[in-house]
Order: sequence, then C-alpha cells, then structure tokens
Amino acid sequence: MRLAVTHLALSHFRSHRRAALELDGRPVVIFGPNGAGKTNLVEAVSLLSPGRGLRRAATADLARRPDAIGWRVAATLDTPDGSHRIELRAEPGSPRTQTVDGDPAPQAALGRLARVLWLTPAMDRLWIEGADGRRRFLDRATLSFFPGHGDAALAYDKAMRDRNRLLRDRVTDARWFDVLESRMADAGADIIAARRTALDRLATAQDGAATAFPAATLALVDPPDGPLPDTADALRDALAAARRGDMAAGRSRIGPHRSDLAATYTARGTDAAQCSTGEQKALLLSLVLANARALAEDLGAPPILLLDEVAAHLDAARRAALYDEICALGAQAFLTGTDATLFADLGDRAQHLTVTEDGGESRVQAANG
Amino acid sequence: MTTGPDRSIEDLIALMARLPGLGPRSARRAVLHLMRSRGQLMGPLAEAMGDVARSVRDCVTCGNVTTADECAICTDPRRATGLICVVEDVGDLWAMERSGAFGGRYHVLGGTLSALDDVGPEDLGLPRLADRVARDGVTEVILALNATVDGMTTAHYISDMLAGRVTVSSLAQGVPVGGELDYLDDGTIGAAFRARRGI
Repeated sequence: MRLAVTHLALSHFRSHRRAALELDGRPVVIFGPNGAGKTNLVEAVSLLSPGRGLRRAATADLARRPDAIGWRVAATLDTPDGSHRIELRAEPGSPRTQTVDGDPAPQAALGRLARVLWLTPAMDRLWIEGADGRRRFLDRATLSFFPGHGDAALAYDKAMRDRNRLLRDRVTDARWFDVLESRMADAGADIIAARRTALDRLATAQDGAATAFPAATLALVDPPDGPLPDTADALRDALAAARRGDMAAGRSRIGPHRSDLAATYTARGTDAAQCSTGEQKALLLSLVLANARALAEDLGAPPILLLDEVAAHLDAARRAALYDEICALGAQAFLTGTDATLFADLGDRAQHLTVTEDGGESRVQAANG
Repeated sequence: MTTGPDRSIEDLIALMARLPGLGPRSARRAVLHLMRSRGQLMGPLAEAMGDVARSVRDCVTCGNVTTADECAICTDPRRATGLICVVEDVGDLWAMERSGAFGGRYHVLGGTLSALDDVGPEDLGLPRLADRVARDGVTEVILALNATVDGMTTAHYISDMLAGRVTVSSLAQGVPVGGELDYLDDGTIGAAFRARRGI
C-alpha cells in the first residue's frame, strides 16, 4: 500500500519547457545549483493536492516566461485504491483546470487522492512571524486528514468577504447579514472541529514515537477579540452581536480566520519562538513526520512529503535519522539540495536526479546514486 | 499583400464573433452565408433584429424579456397566479418552459446576491417579489436557483424574507433522470440520500 507519483510530465511550467520523470516510489533526491529549477519540480507535485501549491502562486505565474502560452502538469499517481492519471493545465488568462482519469474534477477530488505535506525555507520563520503562516500550516495538516476541509475554508472565506464588503459599505440589511453569518457559522464550526481533531491526531502520533526529532505540543490560540464559540449556533450569535463593532472596524473580527497556533518544545517546556533557528526547523520536521505517521495509520499509506532545502539545515546525525525515518515510513519524499553529498547517506534507498539550467531552461537527468 | 473584406463587413464579423458560441472563424462563415442569401435571410434577419432591439424590455412584473410592458406568461389567464417560480435568469426560465412541468408564473432575478459584485436585493427585484406575494394571493414560491454558493445564499435570503407569509420550496437535488449512480460525484449522492422519499 503506497501513495507515490510514478510519472510526472511538465510542459512550459516555470523554468521547465519540457520534463518527464519516471519514478519508482522510493524517495526522490533532487540536487543542482541555485536557480536551476529544483523547487519548481516539487512545486508541480504540490499542485497535485488542492490549493495553490507550496509557493501559493497565482496560476499565471506558473507559466514559463517569456513564452506565457499556459502550462501543463500531468502525473500518474499510485494510491491504495489503484492508479490514477491527474492532469492540471491552464491556458493564458484562464483559471487552472484539472482532470482525474480524463474527467474534469473539482480540486476537492484531488484532496481525496493525493495527500501531500511540505516544508519549505519560507516556513523557517513560521513560529516568529504573523499568525497567517501558522494558520496555513495548521490548515494544510487538517486538509491532509479531512479532504472536505478545503471546501469548508472556501465557503467560509467567500461568505466572510461578502460580509466584510457589507460592513465597509455600511449596508444595514439585517437579513443579508443573517444569511452570510449563518453560512460563516456553519462552515466555521466545521473548520474549528476539523482543526481540533487534526491537532489531537498530531499529539497522539507524537506520543511515544520512535523519532530523533523533538516533540512539539500544539495548542489553538483564541483570537485577540475573545474566545471562539464552540457550535455553529453560538458562532452565529456571536457574529450577529459583533455586527456594530465590526462595522466600526470595517472587517469581521470573530471567527476561525483569526485563530492562532502555539507550539511548545515539549521536553523543555519552552515556546517554539524562543528556540534556536535549528531547533525551530527540527520542531517543524517533527510535526510533518508525525502527520505522516498518523496518515499512514489512518489510510494505510503515508503521504507524499516535499522537503525543500531541509537537509542542509540539519546536522549529520539528524540528517541520517531523517532519511531512516522516511524510509521506515515508506513515504515518497522529494528532497532538494545544492550538494549531492548531503544525500550520500540515502544511497540506493532513493532515486537521485540532477537539475541544471541552460539558457533559461531547466534540464532534469538521472544521477548515479 | 492581402485584401480582406470591406471595413463595414469586418465590423459585422467582429460583432458576430462576440456572440456566445461563435468565434472569429465561425463568425466569418456566418456572415458569408448571410451575404450569399441577402434576400431570404439577411434582410429579414436585420429587420427582425431591429424590431426586437427597439421594443425589447424587462417585464415590469416578473423580469422576463418581452416586447410589451408585461410578458406573455404574466398576461396568460390560464397560468396559475398563486405559484411563483424564482429563477436566476431568462435562460433558466426558458429551460423550465421547455420542460412543461410548471404552470404558474415566474420571477427572474437577473443574477444572484453578491456583496462583492455589488448586487443587492433591489437589483434582484426582491421588493417587487414581496409585493406580488402580498398582493396576488400567492400560495407557494418555488426557488429554482443554481446549486452554487451564491445561488444558495440568495435562496436562503428569499426564504427568510418570505418566511411566515407563504410556503417556500426549492427544487430537489439528486440523481438525474436516466443517470447512473457510478458516475455521480460524492456531493450529489449525499444530497440524493438526504432528499430520499418513500415509494
């Protein structure tokens, strides 16, 4: 039972004019100089799950420049319930579309097939910077457990943006507010419940796990304007009661869009933000691995892991431990780095690829590992 | 050097190409065809288009397109006045009429409620709908809106607005006639289960 990309073809995607990879389910090591197009490859894999991928890029930005003739990513995905063909494409000026086994499919359908988790250099300051990044991290973990979480988040966001517009335009149609708040409350209660369950799953997966990475204790932090109501009814009432104040503020101040995530280095009892940069990275890796173990248990197959420039920040012992844990999980992890020697420990437990750049065009080749 | 059609013919092609379902190539073919049958087709077509362009307007009662003040449905004495079916646009009304399933009257919204797009209840003629319900002895309002987020928000708003004054119902969602379960998406199957009924 496994989840793995066995074939990946890119056309006019970022720096890749054309690339085709045949993969066998082992971890995939991608090395090459800065700017060669390594992250672009893993970004393509990240798009096989719902959302805008690991760079949160707009569809048009994924097209190769200067051609800008649109782009295409095609993949064959081996899943516990069989092999599926996924194709994503975008024509210039049009939104991205996707098909599964040749039939048009909504993004939520991808979430049921491909569970993908990632760690990128942009997340290094996750515990220090604003709550947005932490909420996204939490929602990505939640989505991996509950594919429907993405739909709830979209429904909530749509209703909230409409409500914010009414607040800013000082519209006083109470019925219109009622309808939007009721949609926010229904989706919001689902979001809150799914996030809580996901945190519980992560905590259980860290308990007594055999890992070289430090455990993190996670907690949801209530928004600054007061605790989050527990049920859809209570959230609806709280939104209605906050209307006047929200109108003065010009935005919705209550709801799961303002929750935060706090992490503590469990063994030391220190706040993650106070830990060293290296320890913060180790905590994130620890959470991603715990998430992967939990999914392997729930679904019978670990998720696909995208670990962009992760190896360089670990000492040799932790690096070796990371490789051992990935292989023990049986996860198809994509690891990028500038130096082939970083991945020497993996040997033939992984597939090795080099990416080089020539005249603005990326080239992917198999390397001897 | 290439020489294309005259300027005014080019303009006609460019206008035709803006019609739904036509592109530059098919617009060119259509215009060529029209010009070849000037007498039988192009003249009468231009005349008919001119007539409709001069007289077409929204029905003051239901919002349907018409060439009089009130549309043929609103003035048809055989149609039930007590039933109003609410649809998003005229295309939906025509679809309902093709089905022949409904013998009442309509309210055409002309869109859906969306604060972000600046479409409010007045833009959808909802005060007019409320007046009709109060005035015409309406017994049931049937919401036949698209199953999109905005469509459902609008349906919710209208049912709230009319609550306690009239029965409000909505179309069923589920297995299409002649449809196979295996080809349905999860959401539709879920909706069909929730809307199941005894036989």
